[in-house]
Amino acid sequence: MYFSLFNPKGVVPFMSHRKPFVILSILIVLASFASLAINKINWGLDFTGGTLIEAEFSKPADLTQVREILTDKGFDDVVVQFFGSSTQVMLRMMPREGENSELLGDQIMQVLRDGTGDDVTMRRIEFVGPTVGKELAEQGGLAIIAALGCIMLYVALRFEWRMALGAVLALAHDVIATLGLFSLLGIEFDLTVVAALLTVVGYSLNDTIVVSDRIRENFRKLRKGSPEEIIDTSLTQTFNRTIVTSLTTIMVLISLFFLGGEMIHSFATALLFGVIIGTHSSIYVSSTLALALGVKKEDFMPKEIEEKEGADQEPLV
Amino acid sequence: MVILVIVIGFLYALPNLYGEDPAVQISGTRGSEVTEAQLVQVRNLLEKEQIAYRSVAVEDGLALVRLLNNADQLPTQDLITKALGSDFIVALNLAPATPAWLNAIGAGPLKLGLDLRGGVHFLMEVDMQAALAKAQQGMVQDFRSSLREEKIRYSGVREARDGVEIRFRDQETLDKAMSFLKRQHRNYTFTESSSADQLAIIANMSEDNLAETREYAIAQNITILRNRVNQLGVAEPVVQRQGSERIVIQLPGVQDTARAKEILGATATLEFRMVDADADTRDAVAGRVPAGSELAKRQDGSPVVLKKQVILTGDHIVGAQSGFDEYSRPQVNISLDAAGGSKMAAFTKDNVGEPMATLFVEYKPTGKKDSEGRGLLERHEEVINVATIQSRLGRSFRITGIDNAAEAHNLALLLRAGALIAPIQIVEERTIGPSLGQENIDKGFKAILYGLLALLVFMPLYYKKFGLVANFALIVNVGIIIGVMSMIPGATLTLPGMAGIVLTVGMAVDANVLIFERIREEMLEGRSPQHAIQQGYSNALSTIADANITTLITAIILFSIGTGAVKGFAVTLAIGIATSMFTAIIGTRMLVNWLWGGKRLEQLSI
Repeated sequence: MYFSLFNPKGVVPFMSHRKPFVILSILIVLASFASLAINKINWGLDFTGGTLIEAEFSKPADLTQVREILTDKGFDDVVVQFFGSSTQVMLRMMPREGENSELLGDQIMQVLRDGTGDDVTMRRIEFVGPTVGKELAEQGGLAIIAALGCIMLYVALRFEWRMALGAVLALAHDVIATLGLFSLLGIEFDLTVVAALLTVVGYSLNDTIVVSDRIRENFRKLRKGSPEEIIDTSLTQTFNRTIVTSLTTIMVLISLFFLGGEMIHSFATALLFGVIIGTHSSIYVSSTLALALGVKKEDFMPKEIEEKEGADQEPLV
Repeated sequence: MVILVIVIGFLYALPNLYGEDPAVQISGTRGSEVTEAQLVQVRNLLEKEQIAYRSVAVEDGLALVRLLNNADQLPTQDLITKALGSDFIVALNLAPATPAWLNAIGAGPLKLGLDLRGGVHFLMEVDMQAALAKAQQGMVQDFRSSLREEKIRYSGVREARDGVEIRFRDQETLDKAMSFLKRQHRNYTFTESSSADQLAIIANMSEDNLAETREYAIAQNITILRNRVNQLGVAEPVVQRQGSERIVIQLPGVQDTARAKEILGATATLEFRMVDADADTRDAVAGRVPAGSELAKRQDGSPVVLKKQVILTGDHIVGAQSGFDEYSRPQVNISLDAAGGSKMAAFTKDNVGEPMATLFVEYKPTGKKDSEGRGLLERHEEVINVATIQSRLGRSFRITGIDNAAEAHNLALLLRAGALIAPIQIVEERTIGPSLGQENIDKGFKAILYGLLALLVFMPLYYKKFGLVANFALIVNVGIIIGVMSMIPGATLTLPGMAGIVLTVGMAVDANVLIFERIREEMLEGRSPQHAIQQGYSNALSTIADANITTLITAIILFSIGTGAVKGFAVTLAIGIATSMFTAIIGTRMLVNWLWGGKRLEQLSI
């Protein structure tokens, strides 16, 4: 026989003990909203506009000294912090009124070199004008909404509207929870995180679709059984796959998280958390919602003409 | 079929293994080309200075000097620049060391994004308000001269808030002017706007004309920025339009951003004007400036009275070189385009012996914002040169009487940078230092490697021999992704793109997991191994397709809204989905059939 993570004897009654998990989900969403309201999101440079400088010192940098030097020269609103190591320093400032902000980066590098007497090297300068920031924020929000809309449409066409609604609400749940985590930990939220969120949406949906696919199949195949039992059977059958895929994805994400470097740290964090929460939601949130919306056998029965499984898809080769 | 795809994928991925040679590229400026003579000169030079080089040859229209050591790059650039002079642009480059037989089939290594290569990304916005204002000034002059030619008497033409206003003394002249103007200037709209004490026509640009002006302002800026970028001596720069008012500039490998910005951001225009020799400068300073003239300042702050009429604007200048005249005094040679030449000739023929001033107009950001949150630009004027017209000037002429060679050089550079119709400003900048770029490559590579290794260990542990099949598919998949990315001309690898590869690697096994789990299930239900494989593959197919199509939807949305780095991620994700479907379904099926097909099996190693 073969080794398996999870070897059920019979069907696991996922749905009958769904209550604690559903409550957990509701709590997570509520907590996320609370955190978003209290802590807000630490918007990154992409959305606020401003200037960011990453500088490397030849010896460990003295942040207090750096701050003093900058304040002396009139740059008193600069946020100075270490970035990755003690020789690397990140400086961030908001857009300033009445100044030539596109030259700010170079000016500050010069001030640092003169002030510390160290041969400070520039690793990265980013400047985003306030109008661009606003546009990027709008585009990012629009992208997530568009993605959710398109996916809902696709799932509704392929499956059934109750499943589609369940799937999309599960996705919204994942996005909100990830946003909540970011606001709670104060991690910077930049454009790559929007990309990560969209990927989480794609990934979590992947999970949900696999389960929904099985639910549909079982509704058609199994004669007996209440909707609840059929959903249980489907979840049991796909459980191994759900866990294995999550595991493999998490494996590579951990590699990305620890080895990928500072620039994609927020990105990896969003994905890592999103994948975990997405696994949870694809088991409990989407099916529970479909069940609560009253999904039943008749909804999946093929109408009049027998439709062959997969016949409506383009051939893959 | 499968093998063919795999072979092609790997073939095109191959150039990435060869790395790059440090190189120096030489290109001719306008009009001059790199010939065999220069190549020989460069070869002799390198041999004299004992710099080891791999080759000196013309490749794809560029002369490339491939070196053996990174450290030689900068000295070689200096050396060649000095030897060849200002007719050639010498830039640092990294030339892919792809063997000739791979080049022949069009294979080349992946193009790296700025976050991996290091370099500057600018987003510039064109100030359309200024472009339109300038067009309106042009209208005023146009109407004046055409009405005058037609001998229609007007009492005034001026820019008003809602267009250009042309005033008349009586209704009859107005009607005559109206029909004439409508006939003569079809790209404007004319409406009568007379009040009790004022007879006037308001002229506006038509929609088409407005659109054309905008289009021209962008196109001209792009051309001029390209020229300026070429002056920087950067290998493979990108100057591209984005949206209706913005221009993206990418300069890979540029480290001195301050200088780049200085040259790019100098939103300067030039005007040639007559000096009002009759006016008394002291009176003018005191505020009594004659009508039709205005006060301007020289670089040292001393005042000059200039006539308001512009003889020529800088956009007619096609070239400007500094040099020395026959008495080895510094001078600047200027050449104009045809239209500029005839304007200049017509004007100077009556004004020999009169002083002409070159006015340098610069738009600087003031830091103030208009109602839409855009930065307002302020006009700064400076007389950079006053010269006496010695004779009737044509398409090429020279400015002499310049203090020193450095100033001549500077003046030539300013003239050459041309003139922008509309000022531009930087609205976004991203600079990645070269050390960070290399670090990003190393880190991204390490993340992919370890992630892949973890999976390669896990799969056989969990799925035994079938796990090995999945591993094979995984490795082939990574190879094909890199091959496809190298093949597509527009695809660049960015840091998020590398993350995309890592992620696809993780998700690519999903298809195999789905299939293998399904096979296990079929076995549990008591099917024979062969039958279980058959059923497993066909039952999992629709699930895999559904799951991947939805991910593809997100990738497409990301691509369409994203910029730069995010786009890079979307591209790798989409390519990864396509290739992983291929390898995980068709690739493994082939292998499984080959290993287990047609045999009587009691058990499966799954």
